[in-house]
Amino acid sequence: MSGPLLVVRDLVKHYVSEGLFAARTPPVRAVDGVSFEVGRGETLALVGESGCGKSSVGRTIIRLQEPTSGEALFDGQAVFRLEREPLRALRRRMQIIFQDPYSSLNPRMTVGDAVAEGIEIHRLARTKAERKERVAALLEEVGLDPSYASRYPHEFSGGQRQRIGIARALAVEPAFIVCDEPVSALDVSVQAQVINLLRDLQERRGLSYLFIAHDLAVVRQIAHRIAVMYLGHIIETAPTETLLNDPRHPYTQALLSAVPEPDPTAQRARIVLSGDLPSPSNPPPGCRFHTRCFHPLRSERCRSEVPLLRPVHGSLAACHYAETPASPLAR
Amino acid sequence: MTALLEVQNLRVSFPEPGGGRIVPVDGVTFTLERGRTLALVGESGCGKSLTSLAILRLVPPPGRIDDGSTVRLGETDLLALQGEALRRVRGRRIAMIFQDPMTSLNPVFTVESQITEVVHAHFDVPKREARDRAAALLQEVGIPDPLARLKSYPHQLSGGMRQRVMIAIALAGQPEILIADEPTTALDVTVQAQILEVLDGLRATHGMAVLLITHDLGIVAGRADRVAVMYAGQIVESAPTGALFANPSHPYTQGLFGSVPRLTGAAGRLSPIPGNVPPPSAWPSGCRFRTRCPIVHPRSAEAPPLLPVGPDHLIRCWLAEDGAR
Repeated sequence: MSGPLLVVRDLVKHYVSEGLFAARTPPVRAVDGVSFEVGRGETLALVGESGCGKSSVGRTIIRLQEPTSGEALFDGQAVFRLEREPLRALRRRMQIIFQDPYSSLNPRMTVGDAVAEGIEIHRLARTKAERKERVAALLEEVGLDPSYASRYPHEFSGGQRQRIGIARALAVEPAFIVCDEPVSALDVSVQAQVINLLRDLQERRGLSYLFIAHDLAVVRQIAHRIAVMYLGHIIETAPTETLLNDPRHPYTQALLSAVPEPDPTAQRARIVLSGDLPSPSNPPPGCRFHTRCFHPLRSERCRSEVPLLRPVHGSLAACHYAETPASPLAR
Repeated sequence: MTALLEVQNLRVSFPEPGGGRIVPVDGVTFTLERGRTLALVGESGCGKSLTSLAILRLVPPPGRIDDGSTVRLGETDLLALQGEALRRVRGRRIAMIFQDPMTSLNPVFTVESQITEVVHAHFDVPKREARDRAAALLQEVGIPDPLARLKSYPHQLSGGMRQRVMIAIALAGQPEILIADEPTTALDVTVQAQILEVLDGLRATHGMAVLLITHDLGIVAGRADRVAVMYAGQIVESAPTGALFANPSHPYTQGLFGSVPRLTGAAGRLSPIPGNVPPPSAWPSGCRFRTRCPIVHPRSAEAPPLLPVGPDHLIRCWLAEDGAR
């Protein structure tokens, strides 16, 4: 089948507080109208800082959390309207790996049993021997010794646990994996191993990834396209190198300039944003970035009119003044 | 130039359940000069944080600093200090900031009382002046409306603001040395950029020496004067920052550089170091990197000393003797 594997339209996820004072507390508008597509065999990176809503997007599209509104089509199927059984069938095709594989692995379950759980649920193996064989092959595929199947999660390092988490996701032969900050907790040398593994798996199995991360340098190693989020909105999206070389939104420029480059001779723009991130339960009107924007043309319009994503120089950018570079120093 | 801080052959050990001792910091030697910044770089478990804790005699029990270690601050032997004398060094001559400002700030006291506590501990000043100093410090670390913020509790502040408060507390004793242990690791990148800007400014205006502990080579570049790379409890490479980045010479340092994802240059495949960082109980004898090293050296079963490969540039690797790099 052709066309994108996943289409998300106007996704909204608000968290409403419950209890005595709930009526007085405004909802947290974590995701506030987000649309994107992920192609077959493609990696879309969702990038942003804490509280921008990127993880909420990842969790709602695989229905770990229920969306407030919006639509997601996975291979033509309306994900948000599925009942129990078809949803279970869909979960075979959509998987997730987390930042901290330790808290997502049951400490009392052997690695083999953890990896085999999905195989059991979806009855992908007929006999015990076949199951064991599949687990061994999966461990090998993620670069672990098949003999580890009889050990427990606490016996492994962070990088090895992340490999176990990946093997577990692969066990049901998914087409799509949400990778939620999969390498942020790892040391650099191990981080590079896991990034390379994810790339190899994509090539071998034709996987699609929604890669959620805060580190643009990491994202560059794996993503085909990048979508940048700020306070529940996607504010810019473009093919990876376009976004990195010619960022159109001032926030993207600030984010890029803040990445510390391991090169003392690098001449780069240094944009230091003023102030803190506004609260997602009370986002600023108009452009959500206007309270911290440094664009020379910023105006009254930014405070009143929400900028929509529109094509500018090969990117889609949600800025009224995206044609003009915000910083003369921007790359 | 005379060294402000001199660490020689520092060894920190912990008892093992089996009866032996593990030595997570094993023979670390470096000097820090007045007004300079030295970066201690390495991955988790390399001993960089424990080294910094040992300088302030904060090694958690049952760990201990072994005999034969030396830590001198000017003429003062820090390892011989006790009680009041030690307290006069901590916070006053050497201050420290940590990765997680929420756990190092006391949640039940206001920002004001946490800063003035340090001022009163080290200077004989009236209450009013202590408060004025606290407000001035908040201003200096870039906190808007400092007088109002003095009344805040830590939970009312964002992560970046809390780290600014931590820095203000560290500055309150007007220290000669600031130890910054992963000061921005818990923060978002744009907030990290703000905090690094504050630290850079303070370093310039106060002439403080900084011992920067980090895993991030990007933070070191353009900030430290000198870099010491640690692996498995030892310094494996030490050089002026420019020389280290231009010419990383220890195979571990080279592996680190190959692993770091970058925003510029070709977007090729990363070349990671194979295997995992072994725990202290599993460190190999001889060269501690030999189990992961791409180079098989005939002498790798013998522990290499730090050997020169260039002006002021040392590596703990037999390759230095071969002259081949």
